[in-house]
Amino acid sequence: MDLSITLKGQCRDLTLKNPVLTASGTFGSGLEFAPYGDLASLGGIVVKGLSLKPRQGNPQPRIVETTAGMLNAVGLQNDGVEAFLNFKLPHLPWRETAIVANLYATSPEEFRELASRLNGEPGIAALEVNVSCPNVAAGGALFGQDPKLAHAVTRAVREGAPDKHVMVKLSPNVTDIALMAKSVEDAGADSVSCINTLLGMAVDLPRRRPALANIVGGLSGPAIKPVALRCVWQVARAVSIPVVGLGGIITADDALEFLLVGASAIQVGTANFLRPDAAFALVAELPAACERAGAASPRELTGALVTD
Amino acid sequence: MSTPSSSLLTVLDLVPFGQTGPEHRFFALRLSRPDWPDWNRWRPGQFVMVRPLSFGLEIPWARPFGICHMTARHLICFFQVHGRGTQRMAKLAPGDEVRVWGPLGNGFAMEEDTPTLLLAGGMGIVPFVGYVNRHPQPWNLTMLFGHREPLGCYPVDSINERIPVDTLREPESGDLDDFLFSLQERIRDNAEQHGLVLACGPRPFLLTVQQLAAKFGARAQLSLENRMACGVGACLGCVTRTTAAWPVAATRETPVQVCTQGPVFWANQVEL
Repeated sequence: MDLSITLKGQCRDLTLKNPVLTASGTFGSGLEFAPYGDLASLGGIVVKGLSLKPRQGNPQPRIVETTAGMLNAVGLQNDGVEAFLNFKLPHLPWRETAIVANLYATSPEEFRELASRLNGEPGIAALEVNVSCPNVAAGGALFGQDPKLAHAVTRAVREGAPDKHVMVKLSPNVTDIALMAKSVEDAGADSVSCINTLLGMAVDLPRRRPALANIVGGLSGPAIKPVALRCVWQVARAVSIPVVGLGGIITADDALEFLLVGASAIQVGTANFLRPDAAFALVAELPAACERAGAASPRELTGALVTD
Repeated sequence: MSTPSSSLLTVLDLVPFGQTGPEHRFFALRLSRPDWPDWNRWRPGQFVMVRPLSFGLEIPWARPFGICHMTARHLICFFQVHGRGTQRMAKLAPGDEVRVWGPLGNGFAMEEDTPTLLLAGGMGIVPFVGYVNRHPQPWNLTMLFGHREPLGCYPVDSINERIPVDTLREPESGDLDDFLFSLQERIRDNAEQHGLVLACGPRPFLLTVQQLAAKFGARAQLSLENRMACGVGACLGCVTRTTAAWPVAATRETPVQVCTQGPVFWANQVEL
């Protein structure tokens, strides 16, 4: 079965061998999962968020398990973009699969600088712009909650990296996600990915304390799938650029549900913690799942939801 | 060291330890031996991520367990019922399937001819079962075991078959002072012999060992335990801060993953 898919952007296309990417922050640089499957078999790897300078992240505890999900407030700990390019990227199979750099910065100017640093890197297929991290004090979710700021950040990345496919990751923590999607489309985004985590909280009852040192964190996992499907549905109807769906995808059938509501590709996130070969297994199961759904390829299913 | 792999293992049996009754809290979980290619190169102190299929979608994370022992016949984990994951695990029955990935992390140093002091607090005894079994010269090992629950709750017998274990139960504060005194004496003696101290147990216990090792100049390793989602270095949930003594310049005095950079650390290289 031909699983390939091209995300047709306004400026740059992104062709994937299959529609399965790994979600940022759940798959490290990718190398951590090499013992559990063939990285080159994936449609793409979205690496852990990169910033210009190394970041140490938030204090412990940073993660907590919840019912059918988890909260994280890692706070974008990373070694910085230079360390990634020098020590990780050369070991990734970037000729065989799309390596997508997830970018985090605290101002449009910093986003532009980061994007232009990556524009000439042949090993980077696309940039995913994080306008929606709920776990950092500066920028982060704020950019993702204000259409004007999201527009400015998208424009900065677009200008900084004219040769790369620019995907903007949207936050569900807004009143109208379609409005945000239209705003970044207008600013030149080639695609959008949605959703990032939902802002949540957990309480350690015996200690009368928040379960996370950051008090609040981002909820992910199967618990958020219905919210994610709704967001993808709303966004796909509002924009003409491709939508990459994520939020609680565990099985190939989950992935097909996201395609039906309008996604062209999907990302696997928290599922990587349920089993380290989750993304590889999903790719392997995809052809059979498509056949069961009566489709000759995943492409056929995008937006094929019957609503009458 | 072994390359980690993931596989579905079968529960062989679940053996309760300690008091009999409906509310068992300590169990040895015996699983079919993983088909990992070089499984026999595992090192005591390494751990596995264990996720019974019965967790479904409700309990997303696997649970990290130090390898108690692994032989050609089986992999043994030992656990205490503590939260909803281990409550579910206490209901496992022979034939049930469990996803396991590992062996993970680095394991304890093993120096055949070095006088080695094993310090275990409570469930911290678990990795020493494998350590004592795999050590080529067990007569160089001595062990001190502090525990709160009755001795029968812990897998101490299989260690006692090979080396003498000094045990001290600490239900009351007076006994805690005895234990601390004993710890201090043992660590000082070990340092004078240029030996090796290996410790595993609750954080306050490790903190005491760390302080005493620094005081007497003992070479000591600590096995840390932290909340983990992935076990492979990706989620960054289990990090601990390194000190200026950490050997890698780029990650000195920064948070590093306990799962991949540890769980065993030299005592002077991490902050507790």
